[in-house]
Amino acid sequence: MFYREAGDFNTSYAEDQQTFPIKFDRYRYYVVLFIAIFVVPFIINDYWANSFLLPFLIYAIAAIGLNILVGYCGQVSLGTGGFMAVGAYACYKLMTAMPDVSMFIHVLLAGLITAAVGVLFGLPSLRIKGFYLAVATLAAQFFLVWLFNRVPWFYNYSASGQINAPERDTFGILITGPNTEAWATYMFCLIFTIASALVARNLTRGSVGRKWMAIRDMDIAAEIIGVNPLRAKLTAFAVSSFFIGISGALFFSIYLGAVEVGEVFGITKSFLVLFMIIIGGLGSIFGSFAGAAFLVLLPVLLKIVGVDWLGWPTDIVAHLQLVIVGGLIVVFLIAEPHGLAQLWRVAKEKLRLWPFPH
Amino acid sequence: MPEQLAFTIEVFLNGLMAGVLYALVALGFVLIYKASGIFNYAQGVMALFAAMTLVGIQNGQVPFSHLINAILGTDVHHFGWHVHSAIAIVFTVAVMVLLAVCVQRFVFRHLVGQEPIILFMATIGLAYFLEGVADLMWGSEIKSLNVCATEGACLPQGLNMWIDETTYNAFGYGFFIDNLDIVASIVAIILVVGLVMFAQYTKQGRAMRAVADDHQAALSVGVSLNFIWILVWSLAGFVALVAGIMWGAKSGVQFSLSLIALKALPVLMLGGFTSIPGAIVGGLIIGVGEKLFEFLIGAPFLGGATENWFAYMLALLFLVFRPQGLFGEKIIERV
Repeated sequence: MFYREAGDFNTSYAEDQQTFPIKFDRYRYYVVLFIAIFVVPFIINDYWANSFLLPFLIYAIAAIGLNILVGYCGQVSLGTGGFMAVGAYACYKLMTAMPDVSMFIHVLLAGLITAAVGVLFGLPSLRIKGFYLAVATLAAQFFLVWLFNRVPWFYNYSASGQINAPERDTFGILITGPNTEAWATYMFCLIFTIASALVARNLTRGSVGRKWMAIRDMDIAAEIIGVNPLRAKLTAFAVSSFFIGISGALFFSIYLGAVEVGEVFGITKSFLVLFMIIIGGLGSIFGSFAGAAFLVLLPVLLKIVGVDWLGWPTDIVAHLQLVIVGGLIVVFLIAEPHGLAQLWRVAKEKLRLWPFPH
Repeated sequence: MPEQLAFTIEVFLNGLMAGVLYALVALGFVLIYKASGIFNYAQGVMALFAAMTLVGIQNGQVPFSHLINAILGTDVHHFGWHVHSAIAIVFTVAVMVLLAVCVQRFVFRHLVGQEPIILFMATIGLAYFLEGVADLMWGSEIKSLNVCATEGACLPQGLNMWIDETTYNAFGYGFFIDNLDIVASIVAIILVVGLVMFAQYTKQGRAMRAVADDHQAALSVGVSLNFIWILVWSLAGFVALVAGIMWGAKSGVQFSLSLIALKALPVLMLGGFTSIPGAIVGGLIIGVGEKLFEFLIGAPFLGGATENWFAYMLALLFLVFRPQGLFGEKIIERV
């Protein structure tokens, strides 16, 4: 009843083109933003920040990045973990080399460096397609992790081979290191997440995004109608790696604080982010958020139900989690290949007609 | 013979042996890919699952015992018997066939006609699922696997003394080669010859090749796609079992076993997804290449552990110049 475009008169092209054409949607979006910015920081505590909110925000950025590459441009990548590692190590080197510069700039620079690395590993995509490419991106995954493990310059010759985030602040507020406050780290990540989503949304509906989708749907046909596959694919790799680099930098500096590269940014991380976008929905920004939230919440929920309520040993719950995640992937691919985002879309269509569906 | 050269030759031979094992895993991929166009990422986990099932049956473990204990509060672990290896292998093959039927019935029948990349992602999901089930069924601790035909006639362990002595007498330098690697190579050769014979000369094999060639044409002359796909997945399960036995006897049955699937991927890319000889040659090239690279360049100059990525980089560079691999069918694209 409330979910209608009726009575909402657009008087300019800008209004006609807006992301949320339905009034109810638009207000819902503003309310979500308002709660995220003005309510959550005041009620947040360490448990919620570390077990759900921070990983959710950071994975959402990674999922948006990967979704651009896989969902919009159709180039399957299994190198997400490696690219996140690039972001993390770039951020670490910048933080230690230039302690006085704001963290915002470090994180953005880390994203740019990752984008350059991404373009480098994206070059073969011009010749290699489909899962040949998927396997080729594994080269990036394994090579990068090995590189950060073996070359001492990257971890500043520390004895343990780990990297530890030193204490850094931005605008006088401490946001990395062990003595941070939950609301500060949350706000820092939130800013990046909102900015990423806005940029990604507007890129994907503009000419760049249309070119990506043309390449995804059929690259030869796209080439014939005048899309330059070199530029389209490499921009997709660059933008995607930029987001993934930012998320890697945040994951290391804000969320974990200390990283051992093989453990944190291994192949399982690549699969985790890939699963997020499959479950959430390929080719959808909302799907990236939904998938990230789902896969961050699932282990927490399973732990609460399995370990705390039923009293099962943790290893059984961990194995059950594998079964459930794997099973869900298959179920989603069979029943709803477009993921949670499609369920959301269907629900909205239903709402528009409700209560008179015929 | 100079020491360095002899050493290099030894590394080369060991690389060949490792390559055979890679090829063994890659073979399972090729079988499924040829017959159904599915790129089965779960092959490595199938090897793990098969090896764990074999060990579990051999030792008379109660399946899902941890879960049962957690739910019912009981304390069951073992049936208390030991099963002869041959019987255990038969049972494991039966389990793998059952798995093939389930996979076909519950997953891929519903995904017919989907894009290959969707099928690929489904197999990744399947791999996670299977890994979880394997851990729940048999527990995730590292198990040692030993297959014995009779008491005392087990899969051999340790170095082959005969080669060591002979080469020492001939060149003044003894080569170290694992007995197990030699056995694995022989088994792999038998398996490949057997599979080729099966594909060439039996009725089912011919039907399998027909399906691989053209699904619809095969359907129209009365080949049952369902049956062929179950057959192919069962065969892949069998290959996985063999690979699982070999790798499991070498380094214990544990999670890292499933990672050999990742190693088999560059082998496939090098050899081409559709070619059985390609899988063998690719496996040998990767096996020899990574061992020699590590020995000659990686360990002295790059800080070691280059085996982790060398295969992928080699495959990546190779594909840039020849996207269909060594023996793959030429990729023709139409709009």
